[in-house]
Amino acid sequence: MAILVDKETRLLVQGITGREGEFHSQEMIDYGTQVVAGVTPGKGGQLACDGQVPVYDTVAEAVAETGANVSVIYVPARFAPDAIIEAADAGLPLVVCITEGIPVLDMIEVRAFLDEVGSRLVGPNCPGLLSPGQAKVGIMPGHIATPGSVGVVSRSGTLTYEVVYALTSRGIGQTTCVGIGGDPIIGTNFIDTLELFEDDPETEQVVLIGEIGGTAEERAAEFIDERMTKPVTAFVAGRTAPAGKRMGHAGAIIQGGTGTAADKIAAFEAVGVSVAQHPEQIADYVQQRV
Amino acid sequence: MKLHEYQSKRLFAKHGVPIPAGEIAATPEKARDVARELGGPVVVKSQVLVGGRGKAGGIKVAQDPVEAKSHAREILGMRIKDLPVRKVLIDQAADIAKEIYLGIVVDRAARRPAMMASSEGGVEIEEVARVNPDAIKSITIDPFLGLRGYQTLQLAKGIGLPNHQFSSFGRIAQGLFSAFSAYDASLAEINPLVVTSAGDLLAVDGKMVIDDNALFRHPDLAEMRDVEAEAPAEREARRAGLSYVKLDGTIGCMVNGAGLAMATMDIIKHCGGSPANFLDIGGGAQAERVATALQLILGDESVEAVLFNIFGGITRCDEVARGILDAFEQVKPTVPLVARLVGTNEQEGRAMLDAADYDLITADTLAEAAQMAVSAAE
Repeated sequence: MAILVDKETRLLVQGITGREGEFHSQEMIDYGTQVVAGVTPGKGGQLACDGQVPVYDTVAEAVAETGANVSVIYVPARFAPDAIIEAADAGLPLVVCITEGIPVLDMIEVRAFLDEVGSRLVGPNCPGLLSPGQAKVGIMPGHIATPGSVGVVSRSGTLTYEVVYALTSRGIGQTTCVGIGGDPIIGTNFIDTLELFEDDPETEQVVLIGEIGGTAEERAAEFIDERMTKPVTAFVAGRTAPAGKRMGHAGAIIQGGTGTAADKIAAFEAVGVSVAQHPEQIADYVQQRV
Repeated sequence: MKLHEYQSKRLFAKHGVPIPAGEIAATPEKARDVARELGGPVVVKSQVLVGGRGKAGGIKVAQDPVEAKSHAREILGMRIKDLPVRKVLIDQAADIAKEIYLGIVVDRAARRPAMMASSEGGVEIEEVARVNPDAIKSITIDPFLGLRGYQTLQLAKGIGLPNHQFSSFGRIAQGLFSAFSAYDASLAEINPLVVTSAGDLLAVDGKMVIDDNALFRHPDLAEMRDVEAEAPAEREARRAGLSYVKLDGTIGCMVNGAGLAMATMDIIKHCGGSPANFLDIGGGAQAERVATALQLILGDESVEAVLFNIFGGITRCDEVARGILDAFEQVKPTVPLVARLVGTNEQEGRAMLDAADYDLITADTLAEAAQMAVSAAE
C-alpha cells in the first residue's frame, strides 16, 4: 500500500499542452501512471502526448468524461491559484501543484477555500508524489525510487531525489515519496503526511527532510513525540545559511533568530529523532533499522 | 523586496494612515530647503534598507534649516552596515507622548495574515517578543472576512489605549491592512506609531517588504527596487532568474533546487571546506541560464574550485551540460571543476561532458563530489 496515489489513481494534468506539462505527462505515462485527461483552456478537443490523452477546456468536463480523481498542475504562477481552485471546485479530493512562484496572499485564499470544500492540496512549489512501482504524479525522476517500506516526506525537491536515490542505491525501497513544497503557505504539511504514514500498514519507518525557515519542523517534532510509533530519521538543510537571506525557496529564510537549522535539529533530537549530517547519512541511519 | 521608509510611508498614506509632512533629499542644500518649507524642528533620516539606523547615527533632529543641512551633509556621506546613504528623508518632528507598535506579517502556522500591536514601540518587535512577550497582542485575519472592527478594538484595548483613541487606532489598522493587501506585502510595519501630546496618532516610521512572487502585478513597485542595496552579482543573478547569495568561502556551488543547494553547502562544510555561494539555477533551467550562473561563480575571485551538483527532475541533465559547455566558450575556467549529474537525461548529460575537451572531475555521489571539490580547492 502507498499513501495518496497508487495504481488506481486516475490522473488529470492541468497545463498538459505546455512545455513542462507535456514532457512530464509523457514521463508519468511511461512510468505507468494512468493519465486519463488533460486540461488547457481553449484547447479542448485536442489530443496530447502523441494522441494518448484527451484535452478538455475545463476540469469539470474532464472529470465528468474520464472519472479523473487526482489533478496535477503545471500552469504558470499567475494562473495557478485559479487552476487549484477550479480543480477543488470540480470535486477532486487531491490536487498536486508543481508550480513555483505563487504569491503568498493568493495561497492564503486558496488554502482557505480548499479547507471549506475539503480538498487536499500537495504543494505548491513541490516535486509531487511518487509511489514506486505504482504511480508518479509530478516531476520526480521515477527510476531513482524502488518499492519498499520507507515513507519519505520533504519540503525540498531535488534534495528529496538525492535522499531517495541514496536509499535505492542501498536496496532500501519506499512506500511513497511526498514533496510538500518550499513555500510559506502549503496545502499538506509534515504533520498531515506523518499521520498518513503512521496509518499506512506498509510503511515501517519515515524519513523527514526539512530546511531552515518557519517552525514546521519543530511542530513535526512535537507530533512525532506525541503520536508516532514508527521511527523517524530527519535531515535539516541550511546549517551554513546566513540569517536574513532568502535561500531560494520563499519559505527558506532565517528571520529574527527563528527558523535556524540548529533550533530544528535540537527539536528533533529532544524527541529522540536521529538527525543526519548529510543526505547519504540518512540512508545509513535507515539501513540500521531495516 | 524591501521598500525604503519614505516609500512605505507614502504607500501607507494612500490608504489613510497619517504620516508626518516630509520630503526626500539627496543633497544637503535640498535638505535645508525642505526643512525651511516645513518650518520648525525636523528629523533628518537616512534611507537605507537595514535596521539600527538610529544607533548608527543615521537619524538626527535639527532645530532649524541650517542644522538640517549640516546633519544631512554628515548623514549623506555615511555607510550604515556597509550600505551607502544616498538619500535622507526630512520629516516634520513629532511631539511624542507615547510610542506604540503596529505590524502585519504572514503567520505561516495559522495560514493567515497576523496583525500585532504592542505598547512598546520604537524597539524591534523581535526584541519585545524576547524580553516582554505579554506586551504583544495579536489577531489573525480571515482572507475572506478581512480585518473586522472588533479585532482592532481588541488590539487597542489590549495595549492599553484610552477609549478616545480606539477609533483613530482602528482607522490606522484598517489602512495598514489595506496597504498590506493592495501591494502584496509579506510585512507591513509602523514602528513607532506615535501618540502625540495632543492625543493624535501618527506613523513616524514605516517598513514594508513586498512578496517577490507578486511583483508581476505591481510593475510600479518593481521600479522602486533599490538596486544599489544589492550586491552586483546578486543583482545580475536576479535579472537572469537565478537565486544567488554570496558567501565567504572558496568553493563555488552550482546546484538545481534550493534545498539541495543548501545541503550541498552544508556537506562542503562537513567535509572541511567552505562554500563561496548559494546558487539555485531553478527548475527546468535552460542552457543560457546555466551559462550566466557559471559566469557569476567564476567571477568571484575567492573561488578555488567549482562543484556542479545537478539532480534532474524538471531540469534535464543534458540541458545543464549544454549550458556548462556554452559557458566554457565564454569564460575559460581557471579552477578545478567537479561535476555530478544524476536524474532526468543523465546519460545524455554525462556523455556530453565526457565528450568535451574540458578537464572535469566527475563524481557519482554527493559526498564523493564534495570531498573532491574540497581537495581540489586546497
